[in-house]
Amino acid sequence: MKETYQNACADSPEGVYETTDGGAGMSENNRNVIEIAHLTKQYGDKRAVDDLNLSIRKGEVFGLLGPNGAGKTTTILMLLGLTEPTAGTALIEGLDCARHPLEVKSIVGYLPDNVGFYPDMTGRQNLRFTGQLNGLSGQELEDRIDALLERVGMSEAADRRAGTYSKGMRQRLGIADVLIKDPEIIIMDEPTLGIDPEGMRELLNLIRELSVEDGRTILISSHQLHQIQKVCDRVGIFVEGRLIASGTLSELEEQMLRDGSYLLEVNVHPCDDKLLGMLSRQEGIEKIQKEGNTLMITSKQDIRGQLTKFLGEKEYTILHLHQRGGDLDEIYRRYFEKAGQSDERNSYEEKKKHGWRHRGKDASQGADRA
Amino acid sequence: MSFIALLGPIIGLALGFDAVNSERAGGTLNRLVSQPIYRDSIIIGKFLAGTAVIAAIIYTMGIAIGAVGVIVAGVKPSGEEVWRILVFLTFTVVYVAFWLALSIWFSVVCRHAATSALASIALWVFFAIFMSLVSSIIANAVYPVGDDYHAMINSYNNYTLNLSLNRISPYYLYSEAVSTIMNPTVRSVNIVTMDQLVGAVSGYLSLGQSLLLVWPHLTGLAALMLIAFGGSYIGFMRQEVRAN
Repeated sequence: MKETYQNACADSPEGVYETTDGGAGMSENNRNVIEIAHLTKQYGDKRAVDDLNLSIRKGEVFGLLGPNGAGKTTTILMLLGLTEPTAGTALIEGLDCARHPLEVKSIVGYLPDNVGFYPDMTGRQNLRFTGQLNGLSGQELEDRIDALLERVGMSEAADRRAGTYSKGMRQRLGIADVLIKDPEIIIMDEPTLGIDPEGMRELLNLIRELSVEDGRTILISSHQLHQIQKVCDRVGIFVEGRLIASGTLSELEEQMLRDGSYLLEVNVHPCDDKLLGMLSRQEGIEKIQKEGNTLMITSKQDIRGQLTKFLGEKEYTILHLHQRGGDLDEIYRRYFEKAGQSDERNSYEEKKKHGWRHRGKDASQGADRA
Repeated sequence: MSFIALLGPIIGLALGFDAVNSERAGGTLNRLVSQPIYRDSIIIGKFLAGTAVIAAIIYTMGIAIGAVGVIVAGVKPSGEEVWRILVFLTFTVVYVAFWLALSIWFSVVCRHAATSALASIALWVFFAIFMSLVSSIIANAVYPVGDDYHAMINSYNNYTLNLSLNRISPYYLYSEAVSTIMNPTVRSVNIVTMDQLVGAVSGYLSLGQSLLLVWPHLTGLAALMLIAFGGSYIGFMRQEVRAN
């Protein structure tokens, strides 16, 4: 099992372990605030997080992407010192998260997935309680609560009982709750889950603002790519406890192209079997899949020019031609596919991991559809 | 008094049965543990807050009812009687706090509030109703008293074993202790032979002597309470935080 994963990692050059060299000689606003080295968490005989290496620079928005059950939440809990790592270390601002959880928690704001509030207290009272737990009091606390409620657009609902809030309102109150302690680092676990598009837009704007205007470092975990893509400076793709790739979007894209396969989306008229037959005899085309009226063509190199010419000669009309790749969705799908394949191979050898395989596959299919 | 022994636990159970798991289910526990506070303070706070509420309820109720009694009956209680009542109330607080700690323990262990409520109620019913049955069955099996011969040899041992087993139950422990405290004519909580009674002068026990008689009961109750709380403490500290 282990070996194939290492292969998968080796397939995606550089990028993956580009992280650990950071520390020395970096300027103040470019230093690493989160350093994770060889972090491992074992639950029974399942490795939730497996030898994770990652560093996040100050002021950066980092997206931790992966399917459900990939170990994202476990990683976050270890960062907060809420779960003890089996091996390896996680440092935040030079503090060991497992040894100094209190210091870490006072500079890190954590927005859990499915954040909850005491239903019989108002939003304001909930915030006040969190503020008091962080040692704030008096006028300073009240002023901060007002400012934050204003900022997340909850001023009007602040004096209603939190039990009456909608999911989106809870999420916004959650962000205010995180900001009460004025954290340097914000960790959000699936912040986009179950929010309507309008709320999503507001949330993403807010995240941008927190990063750009306030200079906070933000770590977002998610399995929803599109939203995250818009706000992240760098992303890491996390599958079954392993970070299989990390870097900026363009870096990931580059990595992928170097892997040497292109996916072309073509829509032609008329779309008949004869065409399929002809295309499959064409040189350079590896695989053709038909999805409705759209042909998905996999090839080793860029065949757009060649294909247009060919179709033109045969008097087919091209309705749509799109080179896939470059968007996170595609990158994500590709990496999942890789992980999924190595999984499938393994499942013959190891019956135990049966459950995993399905999960991995489902997730990659989900990514396909998205 | 047996009324309080039977129904007092309800207060403890009601305060504690969803202490931790409702926070877990509501997503507030996650938020709480990510604040810069020690994790112990959460569980200790829950226990102490519950105990404070219990103490407030029991002392005010006890004193209020006592006052009503004084007004209605017109009998002025002596200093020692007042002390007896205070000691009795203290016993009650410890007893109910035990049930609170126990239900907090269940709320740490069980995922759902309903499960922990049912589990603690089951235990409560067992101790209040079935424990005496079980202990007499065991005592009769170990020291049979079926016929005259056996009854003659075994009855002392039978009774002692029965009593010891019963005393495992906090319900019995509490009932025995408070009836001794509130009734100065109770001179012994164990079996007394005729030999021992020879030459004894019948009279009231002073408060100090009554206390001496049930001191083991108090320590036993306090120990049970601490064990239950220790269990919930350890359980909570070792538990994963994640909600799902």
